[in-house]
Amino acid sequence: MIDLSRRRLIKAGIAGGALLAIAGGITWFARRVMNEGAPRALDRDALAIVRAIVPAMLAAALPSQEPGRAGAIDETTAGVDRAIAGLPPAARAEISQLFALLALAPGRRAFAGVASPWAEASASEVDAFLRAWQSSGWALKRTAYDALHQLVIAAWYANPRSWPAIGYPGPPTLAV
Amino acid sequence: MTDATQPRVPDPIRAGLAAGWDVVDASRLSADLAIEADVAIVGSGAGGGVAAETLALAGLKVVVLEEGPLRSSSDFRMREADAYPELYQESAARKTRDKAINVMQGRCVGGGTTVNWTSSFRTPPATLDHWARALGIPGMGVDALAPWFAKMEARLGIAPWDVPPNANNAALARGAAKLGIPSAAIRRNVRGCWNLGYCGMGCPTNAKQSMLVTTLPTALSRGAKLVTRVRAERLVVAGDKVDRLEARALDATGTTPTDRRVTVRARSYVAAGGAIGTPALLLRSGTPDPHGLVGKRTFLHPTIVSAAIMPERVDGFAGAPQTVYSDHWLDTMPPEGPAGFKLEAPPLHPVLAAITLPGHGDAHARWMAQLPKMQVLIALVRDGFHPDSPGGTVTLREDGTPVLDYPLTPYLFDGMRRAFRAMADLQFAAGAETVMPVHGPGEAFATAAAARGAIAAFELAPLVTPVVSAHVMGGCPLGQDPRRAVVDLDGRHHQLANLHVLDGSLFPTSIGANPQLSIYGIVAKLADALAASLGRRPPAA
Repeated sequence: MIDLSRRRLIKAGIAGGALLAIAGGITWFARRVMNEGAPRALDRDALAIVRAIVPAMLAAALPSQEPGRAGAIDETTAGVDRAIAGLPPAARAEISQLFALLALAPGRRAFAGVASPWAEASASEVDAFLRAWQSSGWALKRTAYDALHQLVIAAWYANPRSWPAIGYPGPPTLAV
Repeated sequence: MTDATQPRVPDPIRAGLAAGWDVVDASRLSADLAIEADVAIVGSGAGGGVAAETLALAGLKVVVLEEGPLRSSSDFRMREADAYPELYQESAARKTRDKAINVMQGRCVGGGTTVNWTSSFRTPPATLDHWARALGIPGMGVDALAPWFAKMEARLGIAPWDVPPNANNAALARGAAKLGIPSAAIRRNVRGCWNLGYCGMGCPTNAKQSMLVTTLPTALSRGAKLVTRVRAERLVVAGDKVDRLEARALDATGTTPTDRRVTVRARSYVAAGGAIGTPALLLRSGTPDPHGLVGKRTFLHPTIVSAAIMPERVDGFAGAPQTVYSDHWLDTMPPEGPAGFKLEAPPLHPVLAAITLPGHGDAHARWMAQLPKMQVLIALVRDGFHPDSPGGTVTLREDGTPVLDYPLTPYLFDGMRRAFRAMADLQFAAGAETVMPVHGPGEAFATAAAARGAIAAFELAPLVTPVVSAHVMGGCPLGQDPRRAVVDLDGRHHQLANLHVLDGSLFPTSIGANPQLSIYGIVAKLADALAASLGRRPPAA
């Protein structure tokens, strides 16, 4: 079992390195996608990617219909944007590479396997992409899945709007 | 909506500022700043806080530099959305180089002590014995350190906490009892704790005796200067001494350096930026390191998680976190043997729970919908005692910021597999309906036998098995032998006469327990010696 893990790791390391090289090669593009230094970190292309991922990541955790659903998706997307803006420059740069890779149609199709443009992608199409990356043999894809998981899920569950459905009463009130 | 303006409880920090404490927020500097002091301390956490108080009480002029902001009880609103970005390194999302371990470290005035979960243990005798026997470190035995631990326990209100544990911790005690395994109550550094459960977001009632409300106020009242939102860039070395400290102000977001420089000239310099920050400062400075030790042997207590659903409400978000522990799997094997682990029960707030549970979509949502019935155990693996557990290495990125490379080895995964089994057994013994060892896509089991069978076959691997850490230790180990230690038995740098390391990076192994009291006690001893070496004697406690 240990040998199997090692083989997997070595394979993942090589493949991950190749993917990173491709991502690094288009870092120039990242500067167009990302708007570094501004209070909001993501531009329109990157926001469209996040907005497509939010419903697939959260699924039944989101309100299933209006009123509530669109606002919940908007607020979660904005929360991801705020969270990225608060990260140190090195982490922002890595995330910008990820979104740069996914924003280009060839990258989206080849690496995420998502045929439709992000704004038109269905939740099931995005869910399939997330599952593939979650269990990928490429360490870098698992890393990217973890980053998207952490960003989107933290943004939703930090929002008091999410609390009634999970039975969290919110922080206590301190009597003066 | 009076939260922002009217403190709900007396706020000693705002009172101190009003009384004229010398505190500078470097993000607001309009010109460069030059400071002279007897001692410059980098970092305001467990190490820097104790050092600041000790040295200020000895009559020395102290300046403390802190990378994070000054926040206090009036700001602590018990919301994860505020606390993680404001009070933690990298918004509580700091990762090791391969991203396989999430490292939670404080970054605010008070450092980790402002956001930790109050668990207070003296350094375990097995750890100190290993330091003495295997590493040849004298003077750090149980008896030698006892008075220093006693002093800091008295200073910080560390005592048995007699309130019944919340249901999350009670389940740990109940399961352990059913299995015939010892568990015990955790001592806490609190005075008049309200038992709210929000220690990790900054204590809103000032009950937690963090550095923020204890040692730092004493130092500031004795004339110490505190500079916040400033990053120590490098110690400039001249001969066998540090000549000055060069630092850079950060902007209001706290992430990006500005053009404003802060320069400190002092007789003595104390590195207390934690076990990632301190080695990084030395690496950036190019301080002498003839044996290539700086940043090596950095330890994490790599930690895994087991979630359960109980038949009754647990409400793990309410009540003090981490009040019960079991050292059964540490005490029943020698530190030098296979990896042992400590069991504890963490707080369960929505964001922390949600990012820890694996997977996404409807399955993740179903688990979160059961948050009130969720019971969670964590296993902290003891690292650094076995040849196959050499820890990690702190290195620098191109921009000079640190990153920890910590390989997860078969030795650690072996301990984690046993820990998953132990936690599942214990949770079922405590009455769990379902247990999910947090691994892979997050498979859940209805019986201990089913869980055991699956755990035996888990393919544990980086980025498949989520691993977290809240305890960074090592990287500037102390010891007599310069070939094996960065600093001597007083914490003084082996090659630089006026540089001390006084924080968790001193430890030559992991501690094998939550480290705050180890840092308090050992730094109290070393800071006392430093005061004496500068010609001062701190008043008796």
